[in-house]
Amino acid sequence: MGERKYTTLELMACVAARLLEDKKAVFVGTGLPMIAASLAQRMHAPNLLIIFEAGGIGPQIPVLPISVGDSRTFYRAIAASSMHDVMSLSQKGYVDYGFLGAAQIDMYGNINTTVIGDWERPKVRLPGSGGANDVGSLCHRTIIIMRQDPRRFVPKVDFITTPGYLDGPGAREKAGLPAGSGPYRVITQLGVYGFDEKTKRMKLLSVHPGVTIEDIKKNSSFEIIIPDEVDTTEPPTEEELKILHEIDPVGMVLGRKK
Amino acid sequence: MVEVLYEGEGELLGWEDPDEMRKWIRENKPREMVDKTMDLKEAISKFVRDGCYIAFGGFGHIRVSMAAIYEIIRQKKRNLIMAGKTAVHDVDILVAAGCVSKVEVAYCFGHELRGLSPASRRKVEHGEVKVATEWSNAGFQWRFLAAAMGLPFIPTRVMLGTDTLRKSSAKVIRDPFSGKPIALLPACYPDVVIMHVHRCDIYGNAQIDGILVEDFELARAARRLIITTEEIVDHELIRREPWKTVIPYFLVDAVVEVPWGSHPCNMPYLYYFDEEHIAEWLRMSRTDEGVEQYLEKYVYSVDSFEEYLEKIGGIKKLNYLKKLEHLRAPLVAPWAQG
Repeated sequence: MGERKYTTLELMACVAARLLEDKKAVFVGTGLPMIAASLAQRMHAPNLLIIFEAGGIGPQIPVLPISVGDSRTFYRAIAASSMHDVMSLSQKGYVDYGFLGAAQIDMYGNINTTVIGDWERPKVRLPGSGGANDVGSLCHRTIIIMRQDPRRFVPKVDFITTPGYLDGPGAREKAGLPAGSGPYRVITQLGVYGFDEKTKRMKLLSVHPGVTIEDIKKNSSFEIIIPDEVDTTEPPTEEELKILHEIDPVGMVLGRKK
Repeated sequence: MVEVLYEGEGELLGWEDPDEMRKWIRENKPREMVDKTMDLKEAISKFVRDGCYIAFGGFGHIRVSMAAIYEIIRQKKRNLIMAGKTAVHDVDILVAAGCVSKVEVAYCFGHELRGLSPASRRKVEHGEVKVATEWSNAGFQWRFLAAAMGLPFIPTRVMLGTDTLRKSSAKVIRDPFSGKPIALLPACYPDVVIMHVHRCDIYGNAQIDGILVEDFELARAARRLIITTEEIVDHELIRREPWKTVIPYFLVDAVVEVPWGSHPCNMPYLYYFDEEHIAEWLRMSRTDEGVEQYLEKYVYSVDSFEEYLEKIGGIKKLNYLKKLEHLRAPLVAPWAQG
């Protein structure tokens, strides 16, 4: 892949940050989403409103929080509120973006974070929904950040923890989920994906520098829609990299600086 | 006639008929303002019964009453049904110690950024502890809101269309107003709730600094409510700033003063996570023997919470955690060092 001046995690954080528009609200979790939201605020989206599921609204984060409820998540905040409050705001339509992680995803963006194997006799018991189902149900657009390999990009997830487009177009609305909501982007170590307007199936939007279409296909157990023209992801700029390491100086999420 | 479109398969736990609950409250919750202070031993032995449904205030590793949890383990409570409403360290250590037989899960068996919980995962994967139901975080706390309101259920737009709903005890109906499907989440009235707060008076009038998470609702959903507090303050202080009262005395059954009572968790504005201690737990809990050693060292062999505080590093450690909370010391997190 040749010499690169950035890591894949840094690239993923930048891609996520660039998706967040100014003057919108975002539900963030710990780790990469937090870093992406902070980066967006310091680059193109100074008016991005950050909300944490445990009740922190509009904090001025001094150092990376470890938990979505720790005191850093409401440091110099607009409000130290409650889960009922922020989840209700989200249900009402005030939250534009939400971030999700995933152990498994399918072509409709349905996500599993509950169990690998059978629910009754799990091979691996994972934490469950947490706020993920709420974010995936209620935010206008959800952004999924995860590692891609054939065991994670699967035809059928072992358990639908969080709704994507369920079994296709119209299924979310039919189930009673808020109209027009759903997965917006999937960011992996290989590329960036969206969802086809008509079929609601996952579609490749860009490959990261040095990644081939073959790599994309090889690392998915379902067929990803691959358009004729595919962009290459813009690598992080020097300014983005500098800010990223100001946000995570000890490398808690991004790892030590090389 | 309202149409029921779907019913979750999960066991209905913690529910009560609203009229039965009104009757129970009328008979069991006196509105008299009396001194409710007692020690932890008494509070736990009086209100935490084997087999009861239990929930803790706070969130993850934030403002959780760890002192009460250690006492529950020490008193060898068994077969508890636990609300896994973003229960992290509390559920992990209680499951590991053999106190819990069933969990309702929104988020459990993980420590957020720090990784998964070896001990409680082992118990679930070996079938020693049963996951009774699945929920989302919003869904779980809205069950407490329904209970706080004295309602049998609350309608929401979360969990729809998923296996999370299938494994819950929720039902879906066609909303008679909009005509769209809507999820009805059953009220949840825990038998006992234990909450750690910043300050309260001897009657139980309590204040919490920072985010409330779901403690406003949970305190009102509980049948029995034990408050552990960083300090007991004069009643006059409550009267002077009544808008700060999150929990009024008549909801409270016991008040226990336990400074630093949330260690190794984060008590907002007072002390931050003790990441070294959490890392020690995560390391030791990789094996059953390690769990036993940890519990022996920090729970069974310890007579008082003061003695525990000495064991975890005493005044030096506590001062560091205070500085860390106020951003005056760098974070030491062994789990983040690769």
